[in-house]
Amino acid sequence: MHNNGHSVSYLDYKGKHSGIFAWILSTDHKRIDLLYLMASLLFFAVGVTFGFLMRLELIAPGKTIMDAQTYNSFFTLHGIIMIFLFVIPGLPAVFGNFFLPILIGAKDVAFPRINLLSWWLYILGALLAVISVFLPGGPADTGWTFYIPYSIRSTTNVMPALMAAFILGFSSILTGLNFIVTIHRMRAPGMTFFRMPLFAWSLYATAWVQILATPIIGITLLLVSIERAFGVGLFDPALGGDPVLYQHLFWIYSHPAVYIMILPAMGVISEIIPVFSHRTIFGYKFIAFSSLAIALFGSMVWAHHMFTVGMSETAQIIFSLLTFLVAIPSAIKIFNWVATLYKGSISTDAPLLYALGFIFLFSIGGFTGLIQGALSVNMHIHDTSFIVAHFHYVMFGGTGFGIFAAMHYWFPKMFGKMYNMKTAKTGFWFLFVGFNTLYFPMFVMGWLGMPRRYYDYLPEFHIYHLVSTIGSWILIVGLIIMFTNFYKALRSKTSYTAINPWGGETLEWTIQNKPSLENFEVIPTITAGPYEYKDNEENLMKEDS
Amino acid sequence: MSGEHLEITVEHKPTYGFYILIWLVLMMLTGVTVAVAGINFGNITIATALTIAIIKSYLVLTFFMHLKTETATFKIFVGVALLFLLISIALLFSDYSFL
Amino acid sequence: MSSIAEHTVEHIHRDDVGSRLGMWLFLFTELVLFGGMFLVYAVYRFTYPHEFHVAAKELNTSVGALNTIILLTSSLTIVLSIIAIRKNNKFLSVFFQIFTMVLAFGFLINKYFEWNIKIHHGIFPGSEILLAKGNGEILFFGLYYVMTGLHALHVGIGMLLIEVMTGLTIKGRINSTNYVRLEAAGLYWHLVDIIWIFLFPLFYLIT
Repeated sequence: MHNNGHSVSYLDYKGKHSGIFAWILSTDHKRIDLLYLMASLLFFAVGVTFGFLMRLELIAPGKTIMDAQTYNSFFTLHGIIMIFLFVIPGLPAVFGNFFLPILIGAKDVAFPRINLLSWWLYILGALLAVISVFLPGGPADTGWTFYIPYSIRSTTNVMPALMAAFILGFSSILTGLNFIVTIHRMRAPGMTFFRMPLFAWSLYATAWVQILATPIIGITLLLVSIERAFGVGLFDPALGGDPVLYQHLFWIYSHPAVYIMILPAMGVISEIIPVFSHRTIFGYKFIAFSSLAIALFGSMVWAHHMFTVGMSETAQIIFSLLTFLVAIPSAIKIFNWVATLYKGSISTDAPLLYALGFIFLFSIGGFTGLIQGALSVNMHIHDTSFIVAHFHYVMFGGTGFGIFAAMHYWFPKMFGKMYNMKTAKTGFWFLFVGFNTLYFPMFVMGWLGMPRRYYDYLPEFHIYHLVSTIGSWILIVGLIIMFTNFYKALRSKTSYTAINPWGGETLEWTIQNKPSLENFEVIPTITAGPYEYKDNEENLMKEDS
Repeated sequence: MSGEHLEITVEHKPTYGFYILIWLVLMMLTGVTVAVAGINFGNITIATALTIAIIKSYLVLTFFMHLKTETATFKIFVGVALLFLLISIALLFSDYSFL
Repeated sequence: MSSIAEHTVEHIHRDDVGSRLGMWLFLFTELVLFGGMFLVYAVYRFTYPHEFHVAAKELNTSVGALNTIILLTSSLTIVLSIIAIRKNNKFLSVFFQIFTMVLAFGFLINKYFEWNIKIHHGIFPGSEILLAKGNGEILFFGLYYVMTGLHALHVGIGMLLIEVMTGLTIKGRINSTNYVRLEAAGLYWHLVDIIWIFLFPLFYLIT
């Protein structure tokens, strides 16, 4: 047995570089995944800290721990970091990189070097964002939306923040490009499109949105930079420009970006549900196509962020209608997941708990989204903390819990270690309770008129803010429990060798834990769909007859 | 996988003359669009200019960029990209045309 | 850590169709990048039709037409260079590639003089002459400089790309059996051409 034989794990493999370079110059999709994982968790920690401090400031009316300008910078940084550095790369770049090639029976992605390049662009963008905090002038205070005209007038470091978002966009584009070509060209023999695991389908839909929508934000932010730097008349109303046009362009990307964030999480849930209920997924094709439908309809609803800016009434009605339509494919997924659970032999391990948490929280997030999609209601709750609660239910309760579910699901495969299941479940309940305590009061106070992004508030909102802040503490305890649990597992001496702990039928469960460089000793030939569960399904048939 | 690699060999035999012909057509269209621009058709001016531009791009895409000899996947991809732009323009103007 | 790799499993994997597919996807991002600016153009032209009309008269149609001819011809020469390499005619292929670069350079020179004249007339972002004009004209020239500027940047990048390809062709790394990189560079170059095909009428021909 030599050093780099087939059974040597990707963690121990020795390539042409050594030390840290064996990682930061590696083109192995699994090592790049870990690079992304570490970087994005670091930024997650930073984002959580900003969020925690903002909540602490809001625990009582008036100044508590920071001044208003700091608060403005905090919500801007919290948004930029969480969206561009954690949630967007969180599933595609992290878990997609690791598992997409394995799920379709490939040795790597189509363009391994471009994959590495996209990580470097990610780091470059992240560094620019960090630099913008420390340069004289102070961190940007425009909010992550960079709305005109304030983003042209603000004297804070808006430029580096714009450039950071621009570069991070390209990182995201390259990941998407890689995935599309990988899915089209690298599937194992017999792996037809309709035998692909649903996570691969959701990444495919996501990748299209990444490629087609991201350049719009790229050019828009570039135009704002040019306008700031050279005083070219583009959006500035003083030069005849149209700030509403900026908002259109911003949301042409940023609404589909929401689907870049949520689609892969839906894919993860579609993997976990059949495995833990030991049943064939209900309506495979519907789930697969609903991903594409979400990508398509998701590109047609952007202006529902702009119902109060004075758009034409025709546009408002069209966008409101389309917004209701986009709920249909999401609902199809939820119905199918629940139908899969029905009559399953369910094992309530941590990954399933997180998946169920996703379904519950995402449903609340989705329904409150519909409430805001109705024109008349939107006028009332626009720019209140109702919207803040809504998108945290979707982005954190949805994608965040999806990421946690993926971590618990694939942890043994990635690291060859197992975490403590009981602690993992405890962590889940802290997160779940903390999450709802933190964000549910925001629905109520938003409905009562508490504006978003406000540093101070009227005394009647005090009780909601207080409860919300306490919720943030419970949530953080949950995060600490979860990450300590992972950390302990990683440090433990006992390695975990069972290759299929959950009884999954997709390809990653057929290969060794800590997969080798080329994943498969022999590229498998696929003859059946990903979730057959013949044993269980046959029993169910007998019961029925 | 290995079967797919053979695709590169099954392309049409290229000839210089054919592409020079396409280039001549493109030149001609450029001449037409400049000439027509001099005449004032009112609102149709921009439509004419854009139509000619679309024909020219079609020629470049189909022949210079070999879309004609690529598989259906490539054609569908181009269609998807154009559809995205089309949707964006149409929905954007649902605001501006009805203000 | 210290032991040297006995056997490195190489990621040798050649898939020309996949490479072209990847290149096309990249071109879509470029297309949408410019598409975003065309959206801005469309909205402002719709808002200020008359001022766009007046402002476009300042631009020199023959300079624009000359650049159109240059770019279309360079698109032809890059196609011909690919045919030449497929027919295993290295000399002709290199000749056509160099010819393409010369044309690209000509385009940039032309553009340089065009901008220079505009700037001499005092029409540039933030200039008093421009700011004295109507809002629509300020926006027209803002878009003119940004869109043609970014396009010129792409012409420059394309030139560099083709130069790299020329080097590879001379070294024989691009040859009659492996020319997908030249094809990719060609695709990029055609996209630059297509964008100009739209920029030309929208800025120079709407007088």
